[in-house]
Amino acid sequence: MYDTIGIWVGALFTLAIYSFLYKENPVYRLAEHLVVGISMGYIIVLIYNTVILPKLLEPIFGGNHWLLIIPGLLGLLYITRFIPSIAWLSRYPIAFVMGTGMGIGFPLTMKAYVLRQLEAAVIPLYSSGMPWHEVLGNIVMIFGTLAALIYFFFSKPHKGLFFGTGSKIGIWVIMLGFGATFGFTVMGRISLLIGRIQYLMGDWLHIIE
Amino acid sequence: MRKNWIGIPAIMILLLLPSLSVAQGDDEILTPVDDNLSATVADNSVTPDETELRPAAGEQLEEPDPGLDIPGIVTVQNKPNDAGDQLIVSFEPAVNSEGIVTYNIYRHIAEEEGEDTWNLVKIVLAINPPEFIDGYDPEYPIEPGVLYEYRVASVNADGDEFFGPVCTAEVVSKGEWFHTDKTRVLIAGLLFILLIFYYFGKAQRGTKMYLRPIAGIEAIDEAIGRATEMGKPILYVPGISTISDVATIASITILGRVAKKIAEYQTRLIVPNYDPIVYTVAEEVVKQAYLEAGRPDSYDPDSVFFMTQSQFAYVAGVNGIMMRDKPATNFYLGMFYAESLILAETGSLSGAIQIAGTDAVTQLPFFITTCDYTLIGEELYAASAYLGHEPKQIGAVKGQDACKAIIMSLITLALVLGILDLVANTHTLNWLRDLVTVSIVE
Repeated sequence: MYDTIGIWVGALFTLAIYSFLYKENPVYRLAEHLVVGISMGYIIVLIYNTVILPKLLEPIFGGNHWLLIIPGLLGLLYITRFIPSIAWLSRYPIAFVMGTGMGIGFPLTMKAYVLRQLEAAVIPLYSSGMPWHEVLGNIVMIFGTLAALIYFFFSKPHKGLFFGTGSKIGIWVIMLGFGATFGFTVMGRISLLIGRIQYLMGDWLHIIE
Repeated sequence: MRKNWIGIPAIMILLLLPSLSVAQGDDEILTPVDDNLSATVADNSVTPDETELRPAAGEQLEEPDPGLDIPGIVTVQNKPNDAGDQLIVSFEPAVNSEGIVTYNIYRHIAEEEGEDTWNLVKIVLAINPPEFIDGYDPEYPIEPGVLYEYRVASVNADGDEFFGPVCTAEVVSKGEWFHTDKTRVLIAGLLFILLIFYYFGKAQRGTKMYLRPIAGIEAIDEAIGRATEMGKPILYVPGISTISDVATIASITILGRVAKKIAEYQTRLIVPNYDPIVYTVAEEVVKQAYLEAGRPDSYDPDSVFFMTQSQFAYVAGVNGIMMRDKPATNFYLGMFYAESLILAETGSLSGAIQIAGTDAVTQLPFFITTCDYTLIGEELYAASAYLGHEPKQIGAVKGQDACKAIIMSLITLALVLGILDLVANTHTLNWLRDLVTVSIVE
């Protein structure tokens, strides 16, 4: 019984959201407002059950981890935004989050996006026994990386043989990469659409198995 | 003496009885009496007292598992370069691995007593090396300075456990102040920071620095002007990532510049937010921008608002705004995921001029195909310097260019060394690879 109601609700709201493809309409608006409101309510409960309760309240009151009161109070400072006279206090948790975020992010970014990428580009073009297509791949990768880096030079005019031609090749390489990514992602999206159609045709209408 | 001679054949007959009974056919089978079989059963030293004859019940019964060989002692080492929350645990696997599927490793604090104090901290497949790093499971963390005891059980396909000895760890976990595997990251980071500060200082001293034009950034002013002329609002979407994301920070900086211009032009701004912390920062930035523009009274507290933290609910809400309020200009700057195409496609349908910018490689193609201008990757980071025309920020962009020049030089050097190795049969490229290689797992 409840399953059937769930399937009907899911199917009708799917159609309500898809109705946007025709134009913005009251049915879509109803679905939009419901999904925004319900998702927010759901997330509040989820965060309470997965963060506030097990990581703050239980350790403080159940495990005597009194130091956790400090981050708890820091978090509560966000609520001061509702009181204009002391709203400035909410800047402390913001500053803390931004500072720690940057501090943690910097070495990770340096490692993942600079050093590991550099390491992947420091390879020989050819070594004995390497098949020709691998050699070609290495050539494209090394020269493509150099050309793309030239494109992202902001303090030099893109003119002349090095910066002019280099950046032109660079943007071609970037666009070719984006083309491949586009195709790959579209394939993923099509599978999502197929999944939804299967839900409508199978679970709801029972037209397909 | 005579009694002994009589006893020998009697014992032999008793020993032979079980094998004779098996040889007679499938009707009877030997079943050990004792359920708790030990290794003594496996080594064929079964005595007649330990077995009994039991008739089969119609079908052939399999010989029950005679028990598994147990693992040996457990060795524990302190893991270097950690915060004192990990231990390297290794154990001697069972000599006879027959029938063993996994090893279950249990741990408890050395002073604790009772069977329920043991926590299963790792399951190691029998085919894998008999070691692991303990402390990864947040359910059972390793506390620095605490002495632990370990025991390992051999586990068969039915899940029966046969425990080895309880071993007390020789060491306790200890944290280090410096992660030696990250030295290269530190050096690279310091080098890059120094370069940026060098150009930063240079710009502050008044050195003129060139920045090449970027179409997407130059179009921002034009897009704000268009919205003002049309009397329609401007929609600014700061992405759906957290404030720690570099793209979000770049987006918030650009929002400040854009909001200042909007305040000057007296145009309406709409900033729906996905993340509550980004929302609070965005609100502060917009408020500050209106103040800097000399129009604090024009600031509308409802212009920056929190929508929801559910990805597609957020998209549905923003799409609704696009179709109802019909903004003349849409900015999508920050970190985006699967929602990028839905947002940009709806914006395109609503007839807005669209400027997007992200460093999400998988989403950039969608923005490129649906938006009028797209800031690709680092162009987004540089945008705030372009918009502000502040010498300090332009210096920072110049510093980043110098960092890119170093990376390009290293790749070119690798190319030359690779060719040299090929021609002269040397191994110079390995030296460079070692120089730039950083460990994957820390």
